[in-house]
Amino acid sequence: MSATTATAAVNASAAVLDVRSVSMNFGGLRALNEVDLQVRQGEIVALIGPNGAGKTTFFNCITGIYVPTEGEVRVTPRDGRTVTVNGMKASEVTTLGMSRTFQNIRLFPTMSVLENVMIGRHCRTRAGILGALLRDPRTRAEEQRIVEESYELLKSVNLHQHYQDQARNLPYGAQRRLEIARALATNPFLLCLDEPAAGMNPQETLELKELVLEIRERHELSVLLIEHDMSMVMSLSDRIYVMEYGSKIAEGTPEEVSRNPRVIKAYLGEESHA
Amino acid sequence: MQGLKKSILVSLWFMFLTFPLMVIRIDSLNGTIDWRWENMLGMGAGIFVLSFVWRFMLARKEAGRAAAAGGAMSARGAWFERLRSDPKAAVPAMALIFAVFLALPWVFSTYQTNIMISALLYVMLGLGLNIVVGLSGQLVLGYVAFYAVGAYAYAILNSNFGLGFWAVLPIGGAMAALFGILLGFPVLRLRGDYLAIVTLGFGEIIRLVLENWSSFSQGPSGIANIERPGLFGMQLSVNEATTYIYYLILAAVIVTIVAVTRLKNSRIGRAWQALREDEIACQAMGIDITTTKLTAFALGACWAGFAGVIFAAKTTFINPASFTFLESAMVLAMVVLGGMGSVIGVSVGALVLILLPEYLRAFSEYRMLIFGATMVLMMVFRPQGLVSPGRTKYNVPGADGVGADAARPAAGGNA
Repeated sequence: MSATTATAAVNASAAVLDVRSVSMNFGGLRALNEVDLQVRQGEIVALIGPNGAGKTTFFNCITGIYVPTEGEVRVTPRDGRTVTVNGMKASEVTTLGMSRTFQNIRLFPTMSVLENVMIGRHCRTRAGILGALLRDPRTRAEEQRIVEESYELLKSVNLHQHYQDQARNLPYGAQRRLEIARALATNPFLLCLDEPAAGMNPQETLELKELVLEIRERHELSVLLIEHDMSMVMSLSDRIYVMEYGSKIAEGTPEEVSRNPRVIKAYLGEESHA
Repeated sequence: MQGLKKSILVSLWFMFLTFPLMVIRIDSLNGTIDWRWENMLGMGAGIFVLSFVWRFMLARKEAGRAAAAGGAMSARGAWFERLRSDPKAAVPAMALIFAVFLALPWVFSTYQTNIMISALLYVMLGLGLNIVVGLSGQLVLGYVAFYAVGAYAYAILNSNFGLGFWAVLPIGGAMAALFGILLGFPVLRLRGDYLAIVTLGFGEIIRLVLENWSSFSQGPSGIANIERPGLFGMQLSVNEATTYIYYLILAAVIVTIVAVTRLKNSRIGRAWQALREDEIACQAMGIDITTTKLTAFALGACWAGFAGVIFAAKTTFINPASFTFLESAMVLAMVVLGGMGSVIGVSVGALVLILLPEYLRAFSEYRMLIFGATMVLMMVFRPQGLVSPGRTKYNVPGADGVGADAARPAAGGNA
């Protein structure tokens, strides 16, 4: 824990994620340029932009995989204190309650579907080496609880009938849902989904949309998602942020953003070409 | 037809390659050259047949893989699976194996018992390395260094301070674990080949220090007259002591098997496996990879330390020559051949690799050749090792009706 500042949050009392002018340089390349973003309690916020706009870099910055060069990332977990997460390890950020999925699915391929979700419970459980060796009643009870909770989560994404299969043998759409279940197992207040609908057919995308809405209700969490599927983004999000070349170019409700001339330009090119 | 052409080409190529060795013989007495063409013909024919066998085996392996993907299992696999998963079959099998090991020193000579002791020591080493390599996926090549730490801890504490075996056993384990953590810190950021090279260097450093720091470890001449473990102060003859150590190491191996199995199926063990599968995803799921890696290193090293103490007590003499890179390579070979991550596999791998060379002394000249060929064949035909790790069974409430669930069209309909 490098910087745990419990500041009295004045303005952003309802914001669970408050990103202030975050920049990220890779050598001489500025991948992110002073990006601001807020996610409020219970909101579904989408981050869109053309390929290479820096969306995934942004995700990596806020989840602790990268340390942003400048700026501040503050989160407000369920207990109400506000924590600056810059420079924290990814595992610490997840333990705080910000969980993510990956653009190119990163499951634990040779572990079983159930075990994948059980890994997510790791940071919410305590058993150590001694407990593992002695297998005392407390450790066994905890282990059984992990199994049951994980199985419940699998049920909620409709994968429970595959719980013994190896994760790599699941079909593509199921792997995406397993990643979401695994992220939910860490008991997050904010779920970050990196292109969850990539490679899905329209039917699967529709089901994914239902799933996200259902998850928000049941787990009372906020969602930040990167997505290219415009129909999904427009119908699902409460607010949208648009990025291009590492900078934020627009934000607002889906209607506002879809009318914004800069956004149209970014997606369709110069007006003269259009 | 294609195969025939390939086999002819391969046998021609081998005839060409082995030409200088197999055909030409210089008779230096008479100053003449013997041309042994018949050898060349034999070579060609042999390779021609072998090439067919090779391709047949490869095809069979492919077919087996396809069958496994389709859900079918070969009769051999099913038999073994049943033995492993069905308690009705597993318990008697385990009891039988246990009885055989228990009776061994009374049935066989002291010489055989000694061989078995060293084989069991390697089982212990293999299971320890299995934690680091098989479960957490960190390729460590200098594993024998921790073995040396344990052995020298006992030798030095015993000869200088008179500490007994039972007092040093935990100390040796703790010392080795400490060295494991010491090695773990600088290599936290490394993986794969880089990690292998650094740990290889670490192993060599330990050996060289022991070889050259004479005032500490008495250098290459080693430390002699180490006490055997005591049994309530009784005086044991050499034969009795061997039997005693045999039971000691047997108990140690059983403890190791139980401990490693429990660790593997615990929260920590799952974290190790997740670390092996995907480091980034592992972090993103809230697992601190620093502590996870260090616990793997420490526990793996700890077991080598225990084995080292027992080794020193068994041989009563140790020197750095027992802790060369070849030992590390052997232990790693046991883990890989036996089946990474599988407790049964690694135990069988260790027993096979130690016992077979002992009982195939008739072929001792070809030992390394057979060893190498076995390695190559295993990696081609069964890269997962003799035994692939078994699935952990979880007690999932409400999952009994899973079969019915799967048959019914699922609510989402897209699984």
